[in-house]
Amino acid sequence: MAAGKKSQKKKSALIINGVLILICGIWLLPTVGVFITSFRDSQDIFNSGWWAVFPHKEDINIGEIILDDAVDVNGKIPVEGINASFEELREGITLPDGRKLTWIGNKRSRKIIISERQWVGFANNLSIDNYKDVITGKEITFTDSAGNEILRKGNNLGGAFLNSIAVAVPATIIPILIAAFAAFGFSWLKFPGRDLFFTMIIAMLVVPLQISLIPILQDYTKLQLNGTFLGIWLAHTGFGLPLATYLLFNYISSLPRELLEAAYIDGATNFTILVRLILPLSVPALASFAIFQFLWVWNDYLVSLVFLGEKSRVITYALASIVGEKGQDWHLLTSGAFVSMLLPMAVFFMLQRYFVRGMLAGSVKG
Amino acid sequence: MQGPHEKSCAFAHFISWFTTIIGRVFISLFVPAITFLVLWKVFLFLRDSDAPQSIIVLVAILWGVGGVAMLFVISNWLVEQLPGNWGRRLQPFVFIGPAVVIMGWYLTIPVFRTLVLSFKDPLGQDWVGKGWAIFNNYKFAFTDRIMLETFRNNFLWMVLGTALSVGVGLLIAVLADRSQFESIYKAIIFMPMAISFVGAGVIWKFVYTYRGEGVGIHEIGILNAIVLALGGKSQPWLSLPPWNNLFLIIIMAWLQTGFAMVVISSAIKGVPFELLEAARIDGATEVQAFFKITIPYIKGTLITVTTTIIIFSLKLFDIVRVMTGGNNGTNVIANEFYLQRFTYGNTGRASAIAIVLLLAVIPVIINNLREFNKNRRAF
Repeated sequence: MAAGKKSQKKKSALIINGVLILICGIWLLPTVGVFITSFRDSQDIFNSGWWAVFPHKEDINIGEIILDDAVDVNGKIPVEGINASFEELREGITLPDGRKLTWIGNKRSRKIIISERQWVGFANNLSIDNYKDVITGKEITFTDSAGNEILRKGNNLGGAFLNSIAVAVPATIIPILIAAFAAFGFSWLKFPGRDLFFTMIIAMLVVPLQISLIPILQDYTKLQLNGTFLGIWLAHTGFGLPLATYLLFNYISSLPRELLEAAYIDGATNFTILVRLILPLSVPALASFAIFQFLWVWNDYLVSLVFLGEKSRVITYALASIVGEKGQDWHLLTSGAFVSMLLPMAVFFMLQRYFVRGMLAGSVKG
Repeated sequence: MQGPHEKSCAFAHFISWFTTIIGRVFISLFVPAITFLVLWKVFLFLRDSDAPQSIIVLVAILWGVGGVAMLFVISNWLVEQLPGNWGRRLQPFVFIGPAVVIMGWYLTIPVFRTLVLSFKDPLGQDWVGKGWAIFNNYKFAFTDRIMLETFRNNFLWMVLGTALSVGVGLLIAVLADRSQFESIYKAIIFMPMAISFVGAGVIWKFVYTYRGEGVGIHEIGILNAIVLALGGKSQPWLSLPPWNNLFLIIIMAWLQTGFAMVVISSAIKGVPFELLEAARIDGATEVQAFFKITIPYIKGTLITVTTTIIIFSLKLFDIVRVMTGGNNGTNVIANEFYLQRFTYGNTGRASAIAIVLLLAVIPVIINNLREFNKNRRAF
C-alpha cells in the first residue's frame, strides 16, 4: 500500500516535470533560435534553418552531370541507369542506392546534381562578425541570400547602447530621488493639501501615457526640449513618479515611529533624518523600484520614439529601425536583438530577488 | 477694549497665512523651475555639441543627477535659514513640491489639455466644428471603420492575451510549486520580462518568418519548418487576417506570463498548509482542493493580475508597431493614436483616441481610489 502510494507520487512528479520541461522548452526555443542565428554567416542563414547547426542528416553534393547536347530534354531523359522526365528531375529523384538526382536551373542548363544523405556534425563557421557589424557605425560588407556582396553603413548599435545608458541611468535615479523625498513628506510631515496631493498620485497610477504625449510634445517644442536627454529624463520621471512615490510611501510609512522620534529628540532635522536614516533603511524598496524603472526605461520604445528621435537614438529605436529598413538582414537583426538584451538581462538575473519583491508590492504603471 | 487688539491679531494672522501660502507656492514651483532652467540651458548646449559621445553621456548623467540632488540640498538649506515657524511650515513643500509639480505637469494637467485638444482641429488651434460638429473627433473615434477594427483587435488582445498569460501563468505556478526544480522553471518563464517589446518582436518575427516556395528556398522560421515537417504548407503567418492577431498576441503572452506566474506563485505559497491538509484528510482530491481552497484563497491576486494585464493589453503599442505597423487587420488603439498624431498630423483625432484609452481605465482608477480610502486610517 505504502509502496503503491510512493510509486504513484513518483509518477505524478514525472508528469509534472515533463509538462514543465515542455513548456519551458517552448518558452526558450524562440530565443535560442535567435541566439544561434546571431553567430551564423549572413548567407548560411538563408540556406538552412538555425537548427542545422546541430548534427543532422543532409543532402551533400557528391558530383554533377552535364547532359550533352544530343539528349532530348523534352522527353524521357536517360541518366544514371533510369529514365526520367525534366519535371521529375527537377523535383529530385532518389536512386535505389540512396543517391539523389536534382536538376538545377532551367531546361537549357542541362545540369544535374548528384547528392547523398550524410551525417553533418556541428556547424563550424560560427563567428562574432555579425556583432562587430551591427555595433559599428562604419561601413560594412556582407553577402546576402543570393550571394551578392552588399556594402552598407553600419547600424551603430554601440552608439545607441551608450545613448540608452545616458537615458536610463538618470531616468532611474532622478525619479527615485524625487519620490523618496515626497514619500518621506507624505509619511511623516503634516501639511495642508496632503490628502489631495496623495489622492492625485493614486489616481495617476494607471493613467495611460498616451494622454500626456500630445500636450507635453507641444511644451517641448516651445522649450526646444525635443531630442534632449533632459527632456526624456523628465518624461520618464513624470511617468514613473506615481508608482515610485506610492511604493516608497508604502515602505517608508511602515518604518517604526520610535526610530524617528528618537532622532528628532537628538536634534536631527528632517533632511538629515531622511538622508542618514530613512534612505539607508529603505534600500530594499529603492532597489526594487530602481530595477523596475531601469528595465522599463531601457526597454521603452514609445517615449523615446516621440521625445528623443533620430539624433540621440536609443537601442530600441535603433533596433526597430533595422526591422523597418532591413527586415531581411537576419544576421544584423538577431545580433542587434542580443546586444539590446545584454544589459537588462544582466541586471535582471543579478537582482531578480528585488525585482520580484517590487512587482509583488507594486501595481500597474501608466 | 479687546476689540482692536483682536482685529490687529486677526490681521497679522491673515498676513502670516497669506505669506505662508506664497512661500509654499514659491518653494514648490519656483525652486524646481530655476533648477530646470539651469539644467535646460546646458542640455541645449549638449544636444547641439559635437563632442565625443562618451563624454556627452558622462557629462549628461553627472549634470542631471547632480542637478536634482542640488535642488533638494539648496532649497532645504534656504528653508532651514528661515526663522522658526516658517521653516516648519514650508519644509514639507521642499520635500513633496518637485514630485507634485512634475506629476502635475506630466500627468494631471495633460488630462485636461488633451480633453480640450480632442475638440479641436488637426492643428490643435480652432474648434473642430460648430454645434454638434464639435464632437467630430469622437464621432471618428467611436464609429470610424478603422477605429472599429482597432476595438475588435484590442478586445482580442484583452481577452485572449490576458487569458493566455494568466492561464499559463497559473498552470506553471501550480505545477512548479510541486517540483524540486521550481526556481529553474520559474527563471526560464520569467526571463522574457527583461526583453523589450522591440527585441521580442525581432525574436518572434524570426519564428514566423516566411520565405515562400521555389527551388532552393528553405524555410528558416521554426514555425514554418515544423508545419512543413508535419506535411503542411508554409504560411506567411503575419499577413493572414484575422489569425495574425493571434500570432501577435502570443508574443505578449510570452512576455507577460512570467509576471502572472510570479505574482500568483507567491499567493499560492501563502495558502495555509493546514487548510489544504484538512481538506485532504476529509477526502478531497488534489483537483478539488485546488478549486475549493486554493482558487478562492488567491482570488484577490488573480483579479489584480488580470486587471494589470488587461490594462497592459489595452495600451499595447510596440509589438504591433514593430511587427506589422498595424497593417493586414492588426491595428490597435495605441497604434492608431500614434498614426493619427505622427503620420497624419491630426492632433484632434489623436487626442480623442487618447481620451478613449483614459475612459477605458477609469473604472480601475475609481477602484484604486476606493481601496485607498478604505485603508485611509493607516494613512
